Amino acid sequence: MALELDSITVRYGRTTAVSDVSLSVADGEVVALLGPSGCGKSTLLRTVAGLEKPTSGSVRWDATDLAGVPVHRREFGLVFQDGQLFPHRTVAGNVAFGLRMKKVERETRDKRVLSLLELVGLEGYADRRVTQLSGGEQQRVALARALAPSPRLVLLDEPLSALDRALREQLAVDLARLLREAATTALVVTHDHDEAFTLADRVAIMSRGRIVQVGPPAEVWSSPVDVETAKFLGCNKFVPGSFVGLDVERVGLRATALRVDSDGLIEGTVVERVHRRDHVRLLVAIDGEEYEAVGPMAEVGDRVRLEIDLDGVARIG
Amino acid sequence: MGRAVAQARAGLSSRTGWSAAALLPLAFLALFFAWPVLAIVSLGLREGGVLSALADSDTWELVCFTLGQALASTVVAVLAGMPLAFVLARCRIRGLGLVRAAVMVPFVLPTVVVGLAFRTFWPDGGVLPIVLANAFFNVAVVARTVGGLWAHTDRRAEDAARALGASRPRAFLSVVLPALAPAIGSAAAVVFLFCATSFGVVLVLGGSRYRTLETEIYLRTVELFDLSGAAALSLLQFAAVLAVLVLGALARRRRETALALRDREELARRPTGGEWYVVLAAFAVVVALLTPVVGLVTRSLSTRDGWSLAGYVALNTRGDRGTLAVTGVDAAVNSLRTAFDATLVALVVGVFSAVVLVGLRRSGARFAEVLDTALMLPLGVSAVTVGFGYLITMDALPGDFRTSPMLVPLAQALVVTPLIVRMVLPVLRAVDERLRQAAATLGASPARVWREVDLPLVGRSLVAAAGFGYVVALGEFGATSFLARPDAPTLPVVIARLMSRPGELNSQMAYAACVLLMVVTVGCVLLIERLRVPSSGEF
Amino acid sequence: MRRICAVFAALALTGCSAGTSTAPQSREVTLVTHDSFAVKPEVLEEFQKSSGITVKQVASGDAGELTNKLVLTKANPIGDVAFGVDSTFASRALSEGVFAEYASPEASKGAQRYKADDSNRLQAVDVGDVCLNIDPAKLGGVEPKSYDDLVDPKFKDKLVVENPATSSPGLAFLLGTIAKYGENGWQEYWTKLRANGVKVVSGWEEAYNQEFSATKGDRPIVVSYASSPSAEGGKTKAVLDTCYRQVEYAGVLSGAKNSEDAKKVLDFLLGEKFQAQVAEQMYVYPSREGVALPESWAKDAPLPPNPQALPADEVKDNREAWVEQWRKLVQG
Repeated sequence: MALELDSITVRYGRTTAVSDVSLSVADGEVVALLGPSGCGKSTLLRTVAGLEKPTSGSVRWDATDLAGVPVHRREFGLVFQDGQLFPHRTVAGNVAFGLRMKKVERETRDKRVLSLLELVGLEGYADRRVTQLSGGEQQRVALARALAPSPRLVLLDEPLSALDRALREQLAVDLARLLREAATTALVVTHDHDEAFTLADRVAIMSRGRIVQVGPPAEVWSSPVDVETAKFLGCNKFVPGSFVGLDVERVGLRATALRVDSDGLIEGTVVERVHRRDHVRLLVAIDGEEYEAVGPMAEVGDRVRLEIDLDGVARIG
Repeated sequence: MGRAVAQARAGLSSRTGWSAAALLPLAFLALFFAWPVLAIVSLGLREGGVLSALADSDTWELVCFTLGQALASTVVAVLAGMPLAFVLARCRIRGLGLVRAAVMVPFVLPTVVVGLAFRTFWPDGGVLPIVLANAFFNVAVVARTVGGLWAHTDRRAEDAARALGASRPRAFLSVVLPALAPAIGSAAAVVFLFCATSFGVVLVLGGSRYRTLETEIYLRTVELFDLSGAAALSLLQFAAVLAVLVLGALARRRRETALALRDREELARRPTGGEWYVVLAAFAVVVALLTPVVGLVTRSLSTRDGWSLAGYVALNTRGDRGTLAVTGVDAAVNSLRTAFDATLVALVVGVFSAVVLVGLRRSGARFAEVLDTALMLPLGVSAVTVGFGYLITMDALPGDFRTSPMLVPLAQALVVTPLIVRMVLPVLRAVDERLRQAAATLGASPARVWREVDLPLVGRSLVAAAGFGYVVALGEFGATSFLARPDAPTLPVVIARLMSRPGELNSQMAYAACVLLMVVTVGCVLLIERLRVPSSGEF
Repeated sequence: MRRICAVFAALALTGCSAGTSTAPQSREVTLVTHDSFAVKPEVLEEFQKSSGITVKQVASGDAGELTNKLVLTKANPIGDVAFGVDSTFASRALSEGVFAEYASPEASKGAQRYKADDSNRLQAVDVGDVCLNIDPAKLGGVEPKSYDDLVDPKFKDKLVVENPATSSPGLAFLLGTIAKYGENGWQEYWTKLRANGVKVVSGWEEAYNQEFSATKGDRPIVVSYASSPSAEGGKTKAVLDTCYRQVEYAGVLSGAKNSEDAKKVLDFLLGEKFQAQVAEQMYVYPSREGVALPESWAKDAPLPPNPQALPADEVKDNREAWVEQWRKLVQG
């Protein structure tokens, strides 16, 4: 195991930001810390970087305790939400920074800078001032800067959340590809599950300072550990497993769990109709309870039959 | 470096690390400020009679007048300084360097000379000329401190407010002013301290009716040798200054936001529309500042028998019948050298302090505030108190430090250091902490982070602060006159001495020396302007 | 660590450009003076050469400040010999035991005429009387001759004086009026002066350079020194019946590190060569008999023949109260 967090607790005065968290990240693995804002995920990331001191517990790299290793000797790259590029340096100057700290000689440095700019799709931007870049370009430079000195681990703190949605979705795919291609070991903090599932090999769900569940994206998506986690992952209705024909106590339903289908077994009445970007969402009353459902056009008051789509169902526990 | 050492070094928690770094400025303060001041005050306390002095209603009148005139002077200085700060920071117009230099001139003029110049307009002195003269000296503090931050503050927030329909004054009040608040607070605190302890101005323009704590402490210490009375007043001065500093710190506490710092080149532009009124106001302030200056130049050239350069020629002599131990030119050279030493010491202590204060912000906020306040105290304590304190303490240092030539630059550094801290700190605080963290994760050690991130970003402010400090040291009179040796006087000391002698030539020479001091000041400021290289590539 | 080194380097640099530190020489004497001390370089040079003594000067403010500094540091004096304690402050210095006894052989050549007491601890170096100075041109032939004249309506709004609380000539003038009118009469005199429009400023610089009509202002009568007219080329005059005697003393400090050589420096201050140049250098009259004054002095600034004076002890005991009473009377 490359990175190991062992019972980390971080307190500020009386508030406990991170409580007894243990987690490991394997070599070349990308792990996402996913949770609502204020759950302690950023604090945990900063603790790994060495910017916070754990109140108890230890951060280890290849079995070596990092407690005595200051930030600048950890060789962990860090990408902030809003880039934090050095305003007094050019794009190339920013990317070259870590290499200069490592005393990499100029020629090698220049080559590396160019190849990284190419990697993040910013060829020809070397001499631009960073203040002239768009938000997305700035994040790409920040990523290139963090990757340039070939860090042992890259830490990304909400790397895409300052960008608008279209750009965010595009960049998430690019980022995932980049991390894989470079076989980077990475810890990503995000509150966006789409982003987490796009980027990560494994996802750790955090809530109120604790990690409540760790697993591959598909597993976490389909079997959240509790109702709260399921809610965070988009479930808005909780019913007994028997409702969807599963042999579990409770399941959570996402909006896509019920689909209007004339062959469906469940019957209900359309209560409301909402247009979404690429589909219509219905609110359907079934035995007096309201459920969301995906479907073709239907008028309020129509009787419809509904089919269950298991991809939209999460087993709790 | 061995692993054990690396670990031991890093093992220091950041708090103890920064606290240890704070030792240097604290040691400097303790040795050259706290110890002498406490020694002389406690000597006075031991004599008794402090309580009766405190019970005296005269004493409280003194306190009220001191604080009142300081407050009024501060308000005037801030109001006059703001348009100048705007022009210096935001406008691209010709002759700006000259304006910047002209603004500095009043700051270095000896108070006696300025006091006399103001008496030309108000022959009987009074409160108004005291307030105006105090403000006259301190407009530069406001213009430079506020201008320093303003030059780096992102214009877009203001533009955004305007786009949202805010009128220009509204945008200024709701966006610009809050962003500048830390610098305005800093400048106001410094100006207040200067005004609360202003000595020469009150003495000359007080028409012997108006007295302040400072003049009274001087009187009791130096002329009456009433150390207990002086100690009582010193304690009051101390308490008043401390109260103001704490209020200032509380006001600043709420305003420690990270600002988007940008280069001046991107921000300065030709004034448009209503901005010309501000430029006009700034111009009016400059004219007001230069009026007494022009008066001084005129006086240096006019004698009872018409125009003459006799005063200037005399600068190369020891004055009429050997008034001085050295020539005016020697004194000028000595001034430059002493001010250089003082600036160097102040820069080291000041920058060190500022860095520590920023570093302590998160891990030891309370301690940072204490240190911040402590650093400002020397501005608010009477030079006489410090000077007499030196007499009974500095002999304990190796080689009887009381008569050491090093004491002058060190005492000047005591006055200059807080100014440097106040000028650098707002800019340093405006640097986003995460920028430093980004550099650290990229492998930069704390020292390297300072060099690669802080230094380039605050570089201009640092150069400006050094220049400002240098000029302050050049003009420093209180402590210098107390400590300078007769064979190595500075220009202000020489001017005061020439003024205290009869004979027209001496007074001509004094005014000529003032002009020389102004020329040196303008020269320094212009030189510093030159050093501010335009940004390019790697900065 | 590197930063701390830089600090030390900076401090070391300070030392460098501030001049090489003074290595203690066996025959160095530190002469503490008031700010107005001045000596012709060649005269001092010659003394140092002939005696083998290096004189290091330390200036310490005006007479009052100097005295107080000496008192404050008497346990570990800042020098070996001091010059500039004047008759107003002599009692304090003597009662505090600042000076050591030394009967200089040079003192009998005239200095003894102005002695502070009989203990031989202070020797008079010079006399610098404080007198009214007038601008005859502005007064147009109507000149005051005495203290009494000043309250005459003829001289309404003509006089400017210094605040005795902040200025030593101001104090001397006040003491002169006390000596003249007595403990009971001076307050009445000042009440009249006030009614006659006396102007009070805080220091000599303003009074003389700013208010006096002979320089820049419009008041033709000012409190200054008997010697001042010598610098004005006959344009001004001192009123010799309005003078208060001020004597400046020197003495060897008790606890002087080099008291033998300090005595030689004191002899030098009382000696002919030094005395011959005090008029020119410090605008004061030599204490030594038979020393010629510069030519212009004989005409414009003779030594006042019958100045007012008060016993040093009386001044010491009452000074603060007098100044306070004056303040209430004139400024209240």
